Order: sequence, then C-alpha cells, then structure tokens
Amino acid sequence: MTVSALAHRLSVPGAYDERAARRTLRAQVARLERELAALAPDVSPRDGVRWSIGGEAGPRLLGLGELERIRDDLAERLHAVRETLAARAVREAEQRALLERMLRDPARHRFIRVSATDVGEPGCGVWHVRPRLGLIGMLAGWWHVKLSSGCPLARAAA
Amino acid sequence: MSAPQDGWVADELRAELPGLGVVSLTVPAPPGGRTPQGVREHLDALSTRFRGADALALRQRPIPHAYRVCFRHVGLDPDTTRVPIEAAAIERLMQGGFVSRGLIADACTIALVETGVPLWALDADAVDGPLGLRLATADERLGGDADAPATSAGQIVVADAQAPIAPLFGEPAASHLPASGTTRLLLFAVGVAGVPRMHVEEALWQCASVLDAPGTRGRLG
Repeated sequence: MTVSALAHRLSVPGAYDERAARRTLRAQVARLERELAALAPDVSPRDGVRWSIGGEAGPRLLGLGELERIRDDLAERLHAVRETLAARAVREAEQRALLERMLRDPARHRFIRVSATDVGEPGCGVWHVRPRLGLIGMLAGWWHVKLSSGCPLARAAA
Repeated sequence: MSAPQDGWVADELRAELPGLGVVSLTVPAPPGGRTPQGVREHLDALSTRFRGADALALRQRPIPHAYRVCFRHVGLDPDTTRVPIEAAAIERLMQGGFVSRGLIADACTIALVETGVPLWALDADAVDGPLGLRLATADERLGGDADAPATSAGQIVVADAQAPIAPLFGEPAASHLPASGTTRLLLFAVGVAGVPRMHVEEALWQCASVLDAPGTRGRLG
C-alpha cells in the first residue's frame, strides 16, 4: 500500500470498514444469485414465480444500504422460490398417491381425473376413471382407468 | 488490425468492482453494411444450436452468471434489464432465430452467442483516446452532443477523453456509432469479475474474424 493511500484511509474514518462491508455484501449477493440460478430449471411457468426484485438504480456504485436491500430481497426471493417448489412437490406427491389408489381400485374413484402435469410429468396425458362399455359398465360396476392419448393435435388456422 | 487494448478504469471503480474493465480492438470497417450469405448461415447455425433448454440453463453457466452478478452489484436487475446473452437468447426464442441486422451487428451477435461476452462497435475516428470506465458527473451528455441523452451523476459509463459514450452495458451514443463513411471500427467488450481475460479477447477476435470473413470485403451496402 502506498503512503498516500494509507494516509487517505486514515483521514476518512470508517471508509476502510465500509468498503470491507460492501465487499462482504457483494459476495453474499453473488452466492444468492448462484443459488437462485440453480433453482431456475426446476421452476415451471405454472408456478408463477416472479424473479425480478425490482428497484433498478444503476448502473452505478451502490452504497451499503442499497447492497443490503438487494441482498435481503434476493434472500426473500430465494425463500419464496424454495417454498413454491416444496409446495408443488407436496401437491405432486399427493396426486401420485391418488393415481396409485385409482389404479388399484378404480371403482372407488369414479370419474376422477389426474393429469400428467398434476404428477409432475411432461405431456398432456390424463388418467381418467371411466366405466367400461359406457352405461352398461356403470350399472355393472365395471370401472377402469383410461389414459388419454396425449396433447390435442395442432389445428390449422382458419 | 491492432492487438486488444485494456481500457483505463477510474480508481473508485477499480477499488469497488475489481475485475470490471473494458477491452477494445481496432479493425478496418467492412465497406458494405449488408450481411454476406456466409455470415447469415453462421447465424442460422447458431439459431439451430441454441434451444429453449439452453436458454433455461444459461444463467447457471459461468460467464452469464458472472454478468448477472455484476448487474446486481451495479444496481441493475438482470430479470428486468437482461444481461446481453440472455437478451439474445430470449430474442432467439421469440423470433425463431437470430435475426440479421447488418454485418456489424451480426458480427457482435455471433461473438456474443459464441462466448457470452457482450461487445459493441464504435466509429474509431469519433473516439478521442483510449476507452475507459468512470463515473459520470452532473450535466454530462452521451457523446458530448447537446441534444444527446443526459447521464445521471454517478452513473457508470464507458468514456473516452472527451465525454461519456455509453452507459455501462448500454447502447452507445448515436454520434459514435459506425456510419456509411466509417473506415475503422473500435470494437469494445466489457469484462467483469469471473470472466477470464482470454474469454473477452476471444469475443473481440470472433467479431473481428466475422467482419474480415470472405465475402465481407468489396461489397456495396
């Protein structure tokens, strides 16, 4: 460190500590950004996650308060995304359990539908408990689970 | 063609944001602005290579991640003001491909998509001295023109010896953009912490090689 730089630090009380604090905050922001990025591929548009934390003020050098706000907002956003993903995982587990029960005993789950997206699977398939042979099956108690053939075909524009 | 040159960085920026810098390269301007077939095919090949899954995974890759972090550090929200490579990815998905916008813009896009490093082109003769990064003062205008957009005090700008030329990661002043009479281009890339210098240079060389590719010389725009 040069003499002039040392003199500058000594002449501005707190400047050195604040710079170190800003460096720490920037490291925390970088870590939170990395953790958020790691979750991005797991989030689907249906989760309705808002990524933006808003409050654009740049590009400029940020003070301690602004860096703290960004760090806190990112931490909150990370928490919200994790909660959303956890809630979806619970919902999907419940739907998978329901699907298993439907497959084991269709008669006790009449007309219930579970879609592929409900259980976290890709595609548009739907498991639907229906009577065999229509009305006859309904009267006779012949129920089965039918898996729809998939996504509707694209239709030509009129 | 010169070698890549490191720009200057103001002391307060160097102390607060180590790794932030600008690297520039001067190249001859292509005589025509129209994109030759070979460059269009290069853009098409990049469009084919770049899919939705790539766009999703982009922010996890080291280079885009480094730019996202830098955006956060300078008060930009990368989910509002997209980092350049993500902006290009979204445009690719929305338009169905990388759209050709003239040779210079296409060369910058190719280098951006190949390396993740954003770069811009200026008219080298409109720039006074080496480029650098500093904080704008009050009452400054981009490019120094009286009718150009004003910068705000404390804004981080790319500047030459005379005036701020572009906000950091923003579009350069119209007065410094390449025009029909431009004979030399000054390509510049912004490097940030976490992006190796070699990567930044690679972006500049990629752009220069596209501008110098067969078919770009002797064409009329």
